[in-house]
Parts: sequence; C-alpha cells; structure tokens
Amino acid sequence: MNKKFTLAIFLIIVFSNFSKAYSIEADVFVQSTINRAAKTLGGNLSKEERMEKLKEIARETVDIEGIGFYSLGANRKNLTDDQLNEYKKVFSEYFLKSFSSRLAEYSNPEIEVNSKNVINANYTIVSSTLAGTDSRPEVKIEWRVYTKDPENLLIRDLIIEGLSLARTQKEEFSSIINSNDGKIEALLKNLSDFVVK
Amino acid sequence: MKKFLIISLVSLMLTSSANADTDGENNISNKNPGPVKDCFESVNRVTFKFNQVLDNIIFEPVAKTYRILPSPVRAGTGNALNNLSSLVTIPNNILQGEFVKAGVNTGRFVVNTTIGVVGIFDVAEKIGFPEYEKEDYGQTLGVMGVGAGCYIVLPVLGPSTVRDTAGSFANVLGGDAWYNVTVANDTQHVSDFDYWASRASTGINFRAKNIDSFNNLEKNSMDFYASVRSLYLQDRQRKIENSKATTETMDDGDWEEIESQ
Repeated sequence: MNKKFTLAIFLIIVFSNFSKAYSIEADVFVQSTINRAAKTLGGNLSKEERMEKLKEIARETVDIEGIGFYSLGANRKNLTDDQLNEYKKVFSEYFLKSFSSRLAEYSNPEIEVNSKNVINANYTIVSSTLAGTDSRPEVKIEWRVYTKDPENLLIRDLIIEGLSLARTQKEEFSSIINSNDGKIEALLKNLSDFVVK
Repeated sequence: MKKFLIISLVSLMLTSSANADTDGENNISNKNPGPVKDCFESVNRVTFKFNQVLDNIIFEPVAKTYRILPSPVRAGTGNALNNLSSLVTIPNNILQGEFVKAGVNTGRFVVNTTIGVVGIFDVAEKIGFPEYEKEDYGQTLGVMGVGAGCYIVLPVLGPSTVRDTAGSFANVLGGDAWYNVTVANDTQHVSDFDYWASRASTGINFRAKNIDSFNNLEKNSMDFYASVRSLYLQDRQRKIENSKATTETMDDGDWEEIESQ
C-alpha cells in the first residue's frame, strides 16, 4: 500500500513538473514573439516575404479564432453553422492580411517588455514600450495573453496607449452589420473584399 | 429665450440614455455609465468625409512639413504647448477635487515658464515632477457624472461628444487663462493671433505625431469612420477615469464567453 502510495505521489510530482517544464511565462512568451517579429522586420526580406513570415508568426502565437468570435460580439449568437464556418475562414484571411500589413510598415522596432499583470487564470496583461523615433513618439503597448492552456499561450488583444485593437475591430464590425440592416452577409462581403484588394 | 432653448437642447442631448450603434460598448462617464449613441451618424459621416478632404489638402501636408523640422524644435514646440494647456488643466484638477495634482501642475507651470523659457524646456520633468496629464472641462463634466450625450463630428475639429463640446465652451467663457489674456482681454504683449496660432500648432503637433498611425489605420480599416469613433470614445473613457491600468477600463465580459482552446 505504502509503495503504491509513494509511486502515485512520485508520478504526480513528475507529471506536474513535466507540465511546468513546458509551460512558459506570459512576459517571456511576448518577448519571444516580439523578438521573432523584430528579426523578420529587420532582415533583408522583400515586403511580400516579410508579410508571409509575419503571418506564420501570427498563426502560431495569436488566437485568431478567439479574436474573430470576440469581434462579432452579440452577433455571433445569430449565425447559422454555415455562416459561422464561412466567417471563421474569411476572418482568418482578413486578420492575417491586416496584421502583417500593419506590422510590415515598421523596420527594426525596439520593443521592451516591462511588466506583467495576472488578471485571472485565463488572462495576463503584459506591458511593453515601443521606443520612440524621430517620426514617432514612444508608444506603450499592452498584450492580452490568453493563459488558459499554459503550454499554448495565445495573444488575444493589443492595447496601444490604452486603446484596444480588438474592441475597435469589434465596433467596426458592429457598425458594418448595423448599417446593413443587421445582415452578417455585409460583413462577410467587406471581409472578402479586404482580402482581395 | 434663445439661450434657454439652446440649454434645453444641450441638456436633452447630454442626458439622453442611448443604445449605441456600436454594440453598446462605449460608456464614458464615471458615475453615469451608459453607451454613447451616434444620434447624427449620417451627418457625422458627411462631416467626417469633409474633414478627411481637408486633412488631405491642408493638415497632413502641413504636418509632414512640420515633421521635417529638427527634433529639438518639435520637442520644444510640444513642450511649450503642453505648458500652455496647464492653464486649463489646473482649474480642472481643482474642479475634480484633485488638489495635490493642481498644486503639482501649478509648480510645473511656474518652473517651466520661468526656468524652462516659456515652457520650451520641460525642466520640471528633469527635476522629478510626475508625468503630466492633461485635463479639460469635458473630462470634468464626465467625472461629475454628466453623460456623454451623442457622439458628434465637428467640422475641422473632429470627433467629440455633446458633453465634450459643451465643456470646450468653458474655455472661451473664462475657463482658459491663456484665452483670457489673448482674445478676451486686450493686453499689450499677446494678441488674438497668439491664441489661434497656439491652437493650430497643437493640432499640427498632434497630427505630425500620428501620421503613420492614422495612415495605417485608414489603410487597414473597412469602416474608418467607425474605427475613429471607437478609438476616440475609448480614449475619452480612459481619460475621464484617470486610469492607467488597462484592466480598469476594459470589459472582460465578452472575452470570458469565448473558449477557443
């Protein structure tokens, strides 16, 4: 009995440590993501190559599906399964294009991670600063990191000088839907048009 | 009678509770939280377009030219304009009951105006004064619990709310010492021109700092008008709550429902 108990305790300890060994702190995760992006932006790549690399980074580190659901707000409850699947597909393409296009404009961004604030088991806010240049003032950037699965942290929002990009996108989507009599098709069309433009 | 009608109309718009076109997300008053309604959206969109044209023809080119100036010149201009804005910030600190901040900002103004040569050098920051935060009468009304009223886009001046527009009238009704000594009263040393030049410079300074961000936002927005509205209202909410902590101004409700893992 004692042996079995000891073995059970041993296994629990081993597996809990094993799990910890593969988990990563949110601030380290953000810094590592920034470093990957900075390496891409600072390298000798063409704009198209840069954008492809950035898309790859986004697929691995950003909760695109989660942001997509959040951006739909209350509207997501009214969608049929077909509409939802179409939305997921087109949103992912839209997001990757928009994300890479925004970042591809920067070259050698210097971002320093300053601190983190664990809100709850699911979210940590990581604070960082984008160094100012001659043409741009210093910018405070916060990263909402989804930490529910400690082995697979994902970014859900960027808060720039206190302004949430996810919330801005949500309100933009809502405006498009509302100004088209609440039709989700209008948003899907806008997203598709953005992807091909 | 005319004054009464105007006051009644403004009061009605200020206190009107509303359901925003934006999913009811923008709550910008400390004590009277309620979503901000875009009551005049079609007119606002036209004004927004007009402002964009004006921006393309005048403000952006001027801001780009301004950005060519050496960095110390731009920094000095920005410092001097910030220093002037203290004259509005300090009375608002007092109205909001922030007496310590009012004292600190008065000290900052005295130090920067004298040793800092009319505010060109931010000496106060160098000697350890805390980071400067602007306040205005719209924010004070928000802190006092006055609702934002409808969202409006003003020609040339851009995004605002009825409350913030009403608040800005306080500047020209004696609430801004800089306006009082330049426009309202005839003094020998400063004139109307100085006031309007400082206002225009503030706008150009702001635009120059945000050229890339604005262009990036416009390029990547499907509805640029809605994006700007959202950003403006988020910014006002944060300023009214005098909050630096992201978690204090963000509503996690929707995030909590999303399970993608």
